[in-house]
Amino acid sequence: MRRAFAPNWPARLGLLALAVYSIWATSQLGITGERLATGLGEGGRFLARMWPPDFTRWELLVEGLVESMQIAVISTALGIILSLPLGLMAARNLAPAWLSAPTRGFIAVCRSLHYVIVAILFVKAIGFGALAGVAALTVASLGFVAKLFAEAIEEISMKQVEAVRASGAGPAAVLLYGVLPQVASRFIGFSLYQLDSNLRNSTLVGIVGAGGIGGTLFAAFKRFDYDFVAAILLAIIALIFAAEIVAGRIRAALQ
Amino acid sequence: MSATLHREWVRHTPGQRLGRFLVTLLTVAALVWAIRTVEIIPEFLTDAPEQMADLLLRMWPPDLGHYYPSVHAALMETLHIATLGTILGIALAMPFALMAARNICRSAILNALAQLVLVSSRSVNSLVWALIFVAVFGPGPAAGVFAIAFRSIGFVGKLMAEALEEAHPGPVEALTATGASWPLRMLKGVWPQVQPAFWGVALFRWDINLRESAVLGLVGAGGIGVVLDDAINFFQWERVATILLAILAVVLLAEILVTRIRARLL
Repeated sequence: MRRAFAPNWPARLGLLALAVYSIWATSQLGITGERLATGLGEGGRFLARMWPPDFTRWELLVEGLVESMQIAVISTALGIILSLPLGLMAARNLAPAWLSAPTRGFIAVCRSLHYVIVAILFVKAIGFGALAGVAALTVASLGFVAKLFAEAIEEISMKQVEAVRASGAGPAAVLLYGVLPQVASRFIGFSLYQLDSNLRNSTLVGIVGAGGIGGTLFAAFKRFDYDFVAAILLAIIALIFAAEIVAGRIRAALQ
Repeated sequence: MSATLHREWVRHTPGQRLGRFLVTLLTVAALVWAIRTVEIIPEFLTDAPEQMADLLLRMWPPDLGHYYPSVHAALMETLHIATLGTILGIALAMPFALMAARNICRSAILNALAQLVLVSSRSVNSLVWALIFVAVFGPGPAAGVFAIAFRSIGFVGKLMAEALEEAHPGPVEALTATGASWPLRMLKGVWPQVQPAFWGVALFRWDINLRESAVLGLVGAGGIGVVLDDAINFFQWERVATILLAILAVVLLAEILVTRIRARLL
């Protein structure tokens, strides 16, 4: 007789293996109950020192936020401009294989390296400040927008491209009238998403010295100015929320 | 001939055109404002390509002799941080996912409360979570695990709540009719329906967490970021190149692995 709700032994063994791994990895990392208990007490003190948020140094706060916004806007614009040719070069249905394969590899490398790592490298190479942040976030935008753009181009209908080509149009006209109209609306969507994500990331690259509010945040952390930290965190969250609302409005208006 | 034949076809209504024009104007204005006011030192800008080339030349060739044992140990620590953080994050996220799903938790106040928790987890970046937990636990991988876990709560909780809301009520009602208790209804009525979504979300988040845990060390939260930070501060560029290659390799391998498992699961 078949039992209803028969015990699922593979799943139980899997869960057991996961539990064993968790215990082993926890001991590997040197995390002990004692340390967590001290941490909880410290956490309480930390939260107590964050309250109330200290907005007295608001000029510093606004300056950092404005720089973050500048970094986000410039890096998004640069990333989009560079993504257009890269996306076309990476699309396997339009570009020959000798061109699309290396371009795809380049885009994959841009996407794999975390933007903060890229930001440190730029800070070391070209110095502290907003320029390093712009460069790092441009690389991150390239990896994302160019990849999605290439995928969008690979999904287009070739009928329209062939029709434009059959009328005797040159390569530029084929791109302008056969390809771009099919992908333009999705491309705008990716760009808007990237602006939103660059704004979030630009509030952080300052932690490694690449400009924006992140530098102010890290400095406040290092000086144990936890009430100012709370103020900065609240300001960042407010900025991100506002950006999300604006992006949603624009998306609705463009559709 | 009537005049209607000469009507010109226009794609957008005047209102739409005005909207498009305004958005374009706003975009251009924002860009011009940003470029004109950003504080960039002109010497740094003209110097940049040369300096980048110099840095890359110093990194080449990467000295793979640095890999074992220090970089390898740090890489394993990063893997543990990402995996443990994902497990802890999922464990913490599930109660909030159940609370946020309107078909499972009928109280609107609890729904809103869970949503608030999920949104605040998502709006704080993992590096900021790491800074906070370094202040709480002191430098080390414990801070990294908690940073990854707290960042994951929002992501996993939101997606799981959506999956739970899409679950069909039929099996749950059938189990209720047999007199099954609440945990049994969840385990045998809801869980089989959301299981595919759960594994997809868990794997996807693990992939993201692996990338993010590589940088947590920069603020002292353990993992390969600590080794990277040290190597950069000592200007050991061949070592930096080795570390970057190791991160790149692990991230690409994880992506391939996750894609394979997802293809088999779904």
